Amino acid sequence: MNALTDNMAIEVAALRSDRFRLEREADWQRLEAIVVRMEKGRMRGISDADLLALPQLYRTVASSLSIARETSLDAATLGYLEALVQRAWFVVYGPRSSLWEWLRAFLGGGWSAAVRGIGLDIAIALTVMIAGVAVGWLLVSHDPQWYFALMSRDMAGARVPGASAEALRGTLFGNDDKNGLSVFAAQLFSNNAQVSILSFALGFALGIPSLLLLVHNLALLGAMGWLYHGQGLLLDFAGWICVHGTTELFAIMLSGAAGLHIGRAIAFPGNRPLLEATALAGRRAALVMTGVVIMLVVAALLEGFARQLVDHTPGRFAIGGFMLLAWCSYFFAFRGNAGPRRKAGQ
Amino acid sequence: MKLGRRRNRPTQAGRARTGKERTLVTPEGIALPVIVAGRGARAGALMIDLIIIVVSMILALIALSQIGGGVAAFGRAATGQDGAGYAMQFLTIVWIIILFLFRNAYFLFFELGPRGATPGKRLTGIRIAARDGGRLTADMVIARNLLRDIELFLPVPLILMAGPESGAAWLAAAGWFAIFMLFPFFNCDVLRAGDVIAGSWVLESPRQKLQAAMTVAPFEGGKTTPKYRFEPAQLDVYGEFEVKALERVLREDRADAIETVYRTIAGKIDRTDGWNDERHFLTDYYKQLRERREAGMRMGRRKADKHSDA
Repeated sequence: MNALTDNMAIEVAALRSDRFRLEREADWQRLEAIVVRMEKGRMRGISDADLLALPQLYRTVASSLSIARETSLDAATLGYLEALVQRAWFVVYGPRSSLWEWLRAFLGGGWSAAVRGIGLDIAIALTVMIAGVAVGWLLVSHDPQWYFALMSRDMAGARVPGASAEALRGTLFGNDDKNGLSVFAAQLFSNNAQVSILSFALGFALGIPSLLLLVHNLALLGAMGWLYHGQGLLLDFAGWICVHGTTELFAIMLSGAAGLHIGRAIAFPGNRPLLEATALAGRRAALVMTGVVIMLVVAALLEGFARQLVDHTPGRFAIGGFMLLAWCSYFFAFRGNAGPRRKAGQ
Repeated sequence: MKLGRRRNRPTQAGRARTGKERTLVTPEGIALPVIVAGRGARAGALMIDLIIIVVSMILALIALSQIGGGVAAFGRAATGQDGAGYAMQFLTIVWIIILFLFRNAYFLFFELGPRGATPGKRLTGIRIAARDGGRLTADMVIARNLLRDIELFLPVPLILMAGPESGAAWLAAAGWFAIFMLFPFFNCDVLRAGDVIAGSWVLESPRQKLQAAMTVAPFEGGKTTPKYRFEPAQLDVYGEFEVKALERVLREDRADAIETVYRTIAGKIDRTDGWNDERHFLTDYYKQLRERREAGMRMGRRKADKHSDA
């Protein structure tokens, strides 16, 4: 339709509300065309001019809708405008188009800010983990039968109560010729990631299962610690765990804390409505969890490669200690640039 | 004409017209009516997504085993066991990573896209959005999909592994599964546990074409005055609701509906001159009725429907 016939149609239209509509129709259809193309994911097909005009067009059409609601009884137009504004709203307020941009903000401060945001939960999780180790140790030292309640016989292998120091030493050192390290690492990662996602998700049940999962995992560690202590290998065992453990246990602690954070928000929403408090906690915990997955990749690499290739205790302590220091300084000392902005946004 | 009584106050537009309608206020302060996606549509979308995931996993497994078989044969022929061993290791790692990604990243990838919907959701015409009307952020999408693990991926293998004969374990797993699957039935916004955590919800994505304006065409025969004229008293019989109902009838343009509506209106306003010219009569009546009601709106004199006072 060219401009002349457009003008004629506007002249001819009998009603003021239809003239209103015909005068603005071009804008509406331009917005619809942009929205349709964006919904189909064809961002490249959109000209810069259209992209720049999008927010303006969205507000224009939104104001058309407000006016039409007060002046027009044309149900078809009202329905169309409502649908169009809603679709444009999805696009304008949709997820950020660039995953990279999000990732940069995440690594550049968003993650560490989220970790600091659940500080109290981390403290609780840490306490529970230490308690878990103590419980495991004490249980097994009173009655070695507890060892098999915590650990299945298949998994234990040579690591059973009463095993000789030589056999135990063999489980800690001298595996550097083992083939298939990379497969082992990938399996470890997949398994650990699933466990920590579970521990996060269980926070939904007020966080108690998350804590139980932490206690169970760490009691196992305590039991093994007792076992190696009995043969005077505690230090070597600590080094063996330390290589990847500082990263992995840190990640497990964070996932438990994230679950607990949600559980706490559900149980004690404070001044906010329950759903709002839960959603706020859930989003912060999700950030932490994305980071946990990254940490578990690092932990699996360390466990699969570094532990097998570095075959002496001081070297293992050096690697583990360095990782612990690196994570702590990243989370608690590094402020980045996304932290303050995120706070202002909330 | 079947004109039911209903509230139609524009200040409360979109307030629970049906059980699924909600009003969402955008950051600009515009109230938008949205429709919460039904439980059936969401179950259907999940089924489609799971089928896609399983089929892609099987395809990936077939492709990897083909490659693996080829590599093994090549390894025996060429250099012996070592090279082939490393290649197999690599393929195993690829497989483990593929499994992890399908389980965790499939939903994330699609819901973070501009459509906010997985292929299954797109097919059933639904999408996710932020419950507060603000921006849908990556954190929300991640949070709602992490919960899928305890809703679906944890209990289902448990149920399959345990089997009904194992009694208590199966019962526990099935109960667990049922609690989360039935979660959307116990709140009015059809939220599943992941939606509660993330502050998101699932809405129907609207599709509506702009239809032609009703009053663009000039009156019959190019005349500028209508063939049928109506007195103000005859127009004041109906209100805004009836204008929209009449519009729907005229747009659908079904002969029997027009006939019925004509008889109702003609009877009510005591006119018989539109006989055998019902459509034209109704079009003219519609234009004048709408003009009168819209003029009233501009003056702040509104008449919601035939029962209310002008």
